[in-house]
Amino acid sequence: MKKVIGIGNVFRQDDGVGPFVIQRLKERGGFAGVELIQDSGESFRLLEAWKDASLVILVDAVLSGRSSGDIVRLDVGVDPIPKELFPCSTHAFSLAETIELARSLDQLPAKMIVYGIEGKNFEPGEGLSSEVETVVENVIELILEDV
Amino acid sequence: MSSKRTIKVDYLARVEGEGAMHVDIKDGKVEDVKLKIFEPPRFFEAFLRGRDFREVPDITARICGICPIAYELGASYAMEDLCGVKVEGPLRALRRLIYNGEWIESHVLHLAMLHAPDFLGYEDAIAMAKDHPDVVKSALRLKKIGNDIMVLLGGREIHPINLKVGGFYKVPTKKELRTLLDDLKWGRDAAIEIGKLVSTFTFPELELDYEFIAMSHLDEYAIIEGQLISNKGLDIPIREYDNHLVESHVEHSTSLHTNVKGRGTAHVGPLARFNLNFEQLPELAKNVSQEIGLGRHCNNPFKSIMIRAVEVVAAFDESIKIIEDYEEPDRPSVDVHPRAGTGYGCTEAPRGICYHRYTIDDAGIVQDAKIVSPTAVNQPTIEKDLWHFVQSNIDLPDEKLQWHCEQAIRNYDPCISCSCHFLKLTVNRR
Repeated sequence: MKKVIGIGNVFRQDDGVGPFVIQRLKERGGFAGVELIQDSGESFRLLEAWKDASLVILVDAVLSGRSSGDIVRLDVGVDPIPKELFPCSTHAFSLAETIELARSLDQLPAKMIVYGIEGKNFEPGEGLSSEVETVVENVIELILEDV
Repeated sequence: MSSKRTIKVDYLARVEGEGAMHVDIKDGKVEDVKLKIFEPPRFFEAFLRGRDFREVPDITARICGICPIAYELGASYAMEDLCGVKVEGPLRALRRLIYNGEWIESHVLHLAMLHAPDFLGYEDAIAMAKDHPDVVKSALRLKKIGNDIMVLLGGREIHPINLKVGGFYKVPTKKELRTLLDDLKWGRDAAIEIGKLVSTFTFPELELDYEFIAMSHLDEYAIIEGQLISNKGLDIPIREYDNHLVESHVEHSTSLHTNVKGRGTAHVGPLARFNLNFEQLPELAKNVSQEIGLGRHCNNPFKSIMIRAVEVVAAFDESIKIIEDYEEPDRPSVDVHPRAGTGYGCTEAPRGICYHRYTIDDAGIVQDAKIVSPTAVNQPTIEKDLWHFVQSNIDLPDEKLQWHCEQAIRNYDPCISCSCHFLKLTVNRR
């Protein structure tokens, strides 16, 4: 099973880009054999969702000092996940820590790709900044190539 | 010549929220200890004013993603107290069940993933997982079962949306609840094994004369209802809380400090509950505490990790019983009609008592709110622990001292976000 998981909070503007990408993919009618998931990023639920998946693509907003709308693509099997890219967590484990925990437990899917999209606005509120919204289609094209 | 040492942690890891610790040592004596909480204030009490009383559980749930039930139920009990309503029978049992789910997920996360690495000498759970994968896998499954209870009863594990003043919006069928049983039985056994494992850890020495405060109930290990009692003579109904426990602002913290009037600091959470309510634990949990060498009284906060394991056993054991005895109620909630007045609620969050007080008018609009999180009560006690621990271990090298200080803070599983109204560590040696 292949899974695309959009992580974020739609009520925190650009933090919602992950779920927004999933929404757009669903509007295109999704694709066979690929499960589309929106998630707040709770680490243990993510670990659970990765089990039994052959391919997992994660889409999340990042705040790393790059230009707004920049896309970072990481192949988890090849690259260690830089903690500074995903330092934030509502709870005990950030996304980077969750991925490294899964690696320690030998629970990573056969292939995992992470798309980090540099956000601009993370204040409470709905809707994406124009810089982020304009790159959503580019991310979708990249995801389509992966799956 | 005088010598000064400073031990500081600018940002404490493996705690919920943001805080720091600063210790000053001059000529081999501790001069100052400050647990600094710089998580921004949350203003919940202020923006609850003007809201309908029925909205309060869902709003206060947002105070914490790990212990939302403590806030939802604390608020619900306060409103029910105010409106003269009692929630009993299967609805009350379901409240205990979802609270057990919260205890399981919160305690397991803390004891296995956040605190155990301190005892086993790992930087974090990720490093620990490489050498102890089975322990971590078991903990993850245990935590998930806690989450499953939350999802089944609350609609989702974080900030559940199915609880209300008077009960629930929708209650599960017998059949739905019974789907949890196999996992719960596995979890009860796995929790006992975790208890045995943590009992093999080496515990630093620290025993102080604490005033332990917990809820107490004749018939059960108190979580949702009871008198407030202590080992120093406190025995009061919840509504008298403000006459005995007072809050004050300290400059180095956005969290208010709580003290017992005329006596000083208080200690709430697993040690307090265990010491005051051992007799009310399920037999299985009592037996496990004997078997792992806890006995029936514990004054060493480093052993809180063992007590959390015993409480997880108790939560699994009771959850099984609740589900086996469950009879579907006629209605998912009791009607609650507002009346002007002040109501009081208090429940045992995983970290200790969580107090709520609300005043509403005839139309049910909130006029005043007060919420005291367990971390706010424990904060001065954590500072006291650190003071004594550092003084007793003053000859340890800074690095080791810092390690144990962080471990000592995590004894309380501080939930800094909840208390802000918090961790960096600095030790200054002169």
